[in-house]
Amino acid sequence: MLCENCGKRPATVHYTQIINGVKTEMHLCEICAKQKGSIEFDAPFSVTNFLAGILEPAFGAQVLKPSLEIALTCKGCGMTFDEFRRAGRFGCAMCYSSFSEKLYPIFRRIHGNTKHVGKIPTKMGEDIAIKREIDRLKIELNVAIKNEEYEKAAQIRDKIRDLEKKLSRE
Amino acid sequence: MNDIVVTSRIRLARNLSDVPFTIKMNDYDASNVIDRVKNVILKNKQYHFDFFEIKKLPLLKRQVLIEKHLISPALASSKIKSAVAIDQNENISIMINEEDHLRIQVLYRGQEIQKAWEDANKIDDFLEQHLPYAYDETWGYLTSCPTNVGTGLRASFMVHLPALTLLGYMKGIIDTITKLGIAVRGFYGEGSEAAGNLYQISNQITLGQPEEDIIANVVSITNQIIEQEQQARLKLLSENRAFVEDKVYRSYGILKYARNISSNEALRLISDVRMGISMGIIKETTIDKLDVLLNLIQPAIIQDYFGREMTPEERDIKRAELIRKILG
Repeated sequence: MLCENCGKRPATVHYTQIINGVKTEMHLCEICAKQKGSIEFDAPFSVTNFLAGILEPAFGAQVLKPSLEIALTCKGCGMTFDEFRRAGRFGCAMCYSSFSEKLYPIFRRIHGNTKHVGKIPTKMGEDIAIKREIDRLKIELNVAIKNEEYEKAAQIRDKIRDLEKKLSRE
Repeated sequence: MNDIVVTSRIRLARNLSDVPFTIKMNDYDASNVIDRVKNVILKNKQYHFDFFEIKKLPLLKRQVLIEKHLISPALASSKIKSAVAIDQNENISIMINEEDHLRIQVLYRGQEIQKAWEDANKIDDFLEQHLPYAYDETWGYLTSCPTNVGTGLRASFMVHLPALTLLGYMKGIIDTITKLGIAVRGFYGEGSEAAGNLYQISNQITLGQPEEDIIANVVSITNQIIEQEQQARLKLLSENRAFVEDKVYRSYGILKYARNISSNEALRLISDVRMGISMGIIKETTIDKLDVLLNLIQPAIIQDYFGREMTPEERDIKRAELIRKILG
């Protein structure tokens, strides 16, 4: 068998990959394999390539109003929603909030779910707890002011300041 | 059971919130992520990591890391600056600037998925203390690809399923479990689909289930497949004992006496012998030795083992030599 890339040298490096029963093979000579084969083999069959299909708008929507999709753009990295759909990849963390509305149906199709119920990073968990505590204290502060308990209000105010400082430090 | 599960692997995909994801990264961003992650990793006292910049590694060394499953082919060929941190026992690797900024991977031999998860979780906790993770209260860990969002978790087993393959049951099994959000990938040798008989079983869904449930799901389906493989082996033994014994011993004979052997042929034969040992047919060698071989026979690892680059022809001779030595 000759190398699939150069067609000259005998193929000595063979790759076969089967994902969910779909088989793909590659037969290369040592030199071509070194240059590209072995290393790039994974790329053409990656999930993202199939994902582009999933991310295509539903048939009807595509036919009806292709021009109405005014370029939805990420405020963080400038990626357009169309670009995301073609690449199957987000450009930055802010893409998630920028494309937020459009992501629910996509996630539902991929995962059958739209809400994370797993791990919360400890540090972020702390932040969330602090934010909640600040909200609670603000209500308490208002009550104290209303009741003209100014000494108590000052104490609560200081507590809020401390927590806010803690948040901004992080 | 461990003679069917070859390895257990956990992977966590993580990104930093203040740097574009790898698809939108420039050189400065890439170096920035590498430097920051490197600084944090070197602070860790519990594990000792060696740190490698991919572009500085010779091609052969990169290929060795791929064959050891410590880096992905995508990382090895990455156009942007990428790196990897590998712990001294080679169970843990942290890939930097692969599809995501961080890919924490823990790989153990045998059924050790719980241990792998504990390690990965611990390293994740440590990194998170020092790096601003991209995380959203609704969507969890934000990843480059929407297929990883949520937990960013992939739990996978590499399983050896020679009897199910031989009896032609694999297609049906794959069709069924694919519907359950589980993927089965096979890595096979040239031409023959039976070579290796190694399959990777992993979760596809990462959002909407807690980590423990995702892992439990993969474990449960894998256990059922293991059970089916055991049944298939019993069936083979009771209905075709002579055929199986002949097949297994022929393969053992070739491995033990060949003077020239390709990695694909070796893989196929090792698979037969491995099954033969767990069926109690072959007592002359052990599963452990074969699993060592499973690694060593690979093209780059074998060159690394002998400490020099070799032509494919030379490798085939050295491979046969090495197999004879290990089988004794």
